[in-house]
Amino acid sequence: MFLTATAAILVVMLMALIRAFLGPTLYDRILAVNMFGTNTVLLIAVVGFLMGRPEFLDIAMVYALVNFISVIAILRYFEYSPPDETVEHK
Amino acid sequence: MIALALDVGSWILLVAGSFICVTGGVGMLRFPDFFTRIHAAGVTDTLGAGLIFTGLMLQAGLSLVLAKLVMILLFMLFTSPTASHAVAKAALHSGLEPQLDDVDDRSGVDS
Amino acid sequence: MRHTISLSLLLAIFWLLNSGHYTWLILSLGLLSIAIVVWVTHVMDVVDHESLPWHLTARIPGYNLWLLKEVMVASLDVAIRIWTGAISPIVVDVKASQKTDMGKVIYANSITLTPGTVSINIQDDIITVHALTRVGARNLAEGEMDRRVSRLAG
Repeated sequence: MFLTATAAILVVMLMALIRAFLGPTLYDRILAVNMFGTNTVLLIAVVGFLMGRPEFLDIAMVYALVNFISVIAILRYFEYSPPDETVEHK
Repeated sequence: MIALALDVGSWILLVAGSFICVTGGVGMLRFPDFFTRIHAAGVTDTLGAGLIFTGLMLQAGLSLVLAKLVMILLFMLFTSPTASHAVAKAALHSGLEPQLDDVDDRSGVDS
Repeated sequence: MRHTISLSLLLAIFWLLNSGHYTWLILSLGLLSIAIVVWVTHVMDVVDHESLPWHLTARIPGYNLWLLKEVMVASLDVAIRIWTGAISPIVVDVKASQKTDMGKVIYANSITLTPGTVSINIQDDIITVHALTRVGARNLAEGEMDRRVSRLAG
């Protein structure tokens, strides 16, 4: 059953990556990367149970922290740059 | 007996959670503009993660592992709206316009 | 003082739950970390009723249960709409009737946590909300969540 969840989460990560590459705006990419990070946390937790090593949860927790901080940091960086650099007009 | 019930319960929760996560991913690809995609990401962040972690909790039993799962889930539920709001607000302030169904005077809930 | 003690207790519980190694070396390192964190927060002056909202503790579980129900219903609705593609995005302004900043933050975060509605801007007590459907926007405008948050955090 953990294998099912692992496969599903990997598929979602692939979808998030496709969205991150397609864009079209910068914010789509940030959102996709945030979703990718959320799924990374889920993946590490599920794989920990799959391999019978729940210590993986510590790493999952660190990933959850890093994911949140990185999104906020990227946004702080782009919020103060000129608008025509951040929104790519199609 | 109880062990079997727990196994079946976590099976159902994990499969349901996986399905909801895939649904969020599909929404991420299908929805037409940035602001609607936030809703798709929200489905994965809240219900998908919640179901998968609850399924894992049933497997963990009463131990430190359970406490860690609860902490990670709570942390994700606290931060995901903050991150979504930050992205949406930054997008709005940079001049990205939400693609709306039709013209709307921003008070027309009953229209 | 009250906040310092409760913060130390919380940090101690956090350490004990995360560590899992109960030897003297590790426990004393934990004590040291807690002391440093408490000292830093004291110097930064960030611990007050907003970062440690004990006065809400009694009323929060009831609200969280209600919010959990709302989140599940809304998630399933959005999940169905992802597969059928029946969406009608709309932007509405909602009035937050809470008087404290804390209440407004809880309200805006609850709106965003519920899939189908995202708060995209807050100006004084007007929250701009992007909703996936008109139904979702109308449910929000009826104001049940607003009333519940007001009862929770004024």
